[in-house]
Amino acid sequence: MGFPHKPHERESLVLSKHFGEREAIGLDGWRARGGYTALQKALAMQPAEIVQLVKDSGLRGRGGAGFPTGVKWSFMKPGDGKPHYLVCNADESEPGTFKDREIMRWTPHALVEGCAIGAHAIGAEVAYVYIRGEYTEALEKMNAACKDAYAAGILGKNAMGTGKTVHVYVHKGAGAYICGEETAMMNSLEGKRGNPRIKPPFPAVSGVFGQPTTINNVETLAAVPHIINNGAAWYQAFKRADNPKSTGTKLYSVCGNIQRPGNYEVPMGFPFKDFLYDLCGGPLSGRQFKAIIPGGISVPIQTRDEAEATLMDYEGFVANGTMLGSGGVIVIDDAQNLVKQIARAARFFAHESCAQCTQCREGTAWTTKILERIVAGEGTHEDFDTLLEIAENMTGKTICVLSDSCATPVISGLTKFRADFEALIKKKKVHMVPAQVA
Amino acid sequence: MSVDAADASYAPVFTGARKTELNELLTRYPTKMAALLPALWMVQEDRGWVSQEGIAEVAEVLDLTPAYVKGVVTFYTMYHQHPVATHFIQVCTTSPCNVCGAEDVVTALLKHTGCEELGVQSPDGKYQVIEVECLGACGFNTPLMVNERFIESVTVDSVPALLASLD
Repeated sequence: MGFPHKPHERESLVLSKHFGEREAIGLDGWRARGGYTALQKALAMQPAEIVQLVKDSGLRGRGGAGFPTGVKWSFMKPGDGKPHYLVCNADESEPGTFKDREIMRWTPHALVEGCAIGAHAIGAEVAYVYIRGEYTEALEKMNAACKDAYAAGILGKNAMGTGKTVHVYVHKGAGAYICGEETAMMNSLEGKRGNPRIKPPFPAVSGVFGQPTTINNVETLAAVPHIINNGAAWYQAFKRADNPKSTGTKLYSVCGNIQRPGNYEVPMGFPFKDFLYDLCGGPLSGRQFKAIIPGGISVPIQTRDEAEATLMDYEGFVANGTMLGSGGVIVIDDAQNLVKQIARAARFFAHESCAQCTQCREGTAWTTKILERIVAGEGTHEDFDTLLEIAENMTGKTICVLSDSCATPVISGLTKFRADFEALIKKKKVHMVPAQVA
Repeated sequence: MSVDAADASYAPVFTGARKTELNELLTRYPTKMAALLPALWMVQEDRGWVSQEGIAEVAEVLDLTPAYVKGVVTFYTMYHQHPVATHFIQVCTTSPCNVCGAEDVVTALLKHTGCEELGVQSPDGKYQVIEVECLGACGFNTPLMVNERFIESVTVDSVPALLASLD
């Protein structure tokens, strides 16, 4: 549903079917909508069967990386004698993204159920849902949903009367974008500063509390009950005919200079042009789209032409110069100078850098300073080369990808929207080279 | 103030119901340290901010050092290391909100609260406005938080009514 708008007829409502329905929030309302039938079914299945089903469905991680969920789960070895953990990444902080928030606000039990199924599938008795501290309403709804699920015997030491132990605990973050990075999240959950860890070891070997751990995004886990109930083939059918690699429905958060911002759910492979103009209503009156950032602020910026040629799935975005990322679509129109927004994005990354790695700590700060100087009309052409040089030094050289994410809009901005940079430089008087002093 | 010079009049947070709550919480994790973020939240909920004495108390109940706890407190932006105004207003100005005019909302908030600049309390101690990074409500510009309350779709024109509703 294009919440807060009415659903568009071309949407495929699976995860967002009950957005906006107050009755769906509570346990009774959720059960009346088929809630927890998938968990009942899943608890009677062997973990390996669930993993295979999710593999067959083609579900891929919805947090940004797009890693096949069933494959990720298969790295966990139930019965190895160690405690296993599931961590649900609900730290949604990628600018432009607000889909997980809506899942938790409107359908908290969908996530509790997804977490419980995921935990069983990987041999874990405990799932932690790490929710960012600013999401007060999501926290309240999720805490209430867990409490009700325990009271009803759905969670706990005898989950749904099966004798199996399934705990789902909500853990509140405290304001740090970097904690959305999975290894930083594990440190934060352990009561540490949210510094990302060097991989390997990967979480499936040594994750939270040093034990085998799987981290999945909210949207990924919320899709799992539907796959259990409707089967892999049903989920597989949401795709374009010529690309079997991306399946299922995807929630997109849409914001910026556009008629109808909100959340929309469409099948993989949906034409981005139709999405932007039909579902979201197109540009504001008298304006044109200039740039689209389709997967949260960390992905390369698309030109309007690139965006309009895109089919919305993991491969479709890559084929058009960007990535699907988190599905946070930021639309920027021709009234904006892009450099200001790239500078603002850089400031964001400079603020959120954990400062462990030099390239990131220094790179994000200097990128911000130079870009803000250009915005102030004090930039020079040399700054372009300096920015690209810094960007190169920030890419692929750090523990996590926050540094790369800061470099990405700088590189794509300077490559695709150089006119916006030039426009700011030309404001400045011609710079005279001072005479050499003997 | 150093931790050693802690105020003797400090009343502990973790007594009675809070102590029970913390003990229940500790059953959820295999280590005591994992309860650090939740314990700090309890301190802030009860006292409005996390003081040196609060840090020392949390360190003691979780078998950590005050220096370690302080290191964690300073990493996370939502823990207040100083007392804040009655209405602590955090406005999102990150790119998606920025292109929709969030900076004008900030200007309007400063004007109507009487705050001289960002981060500085109004003379009557009622208001304090800061810019924050993405609040995750990008489709509902401009979102802001007043203490623990999340408010969406704030515009320059709606600022006076919003402030009036806080009293």
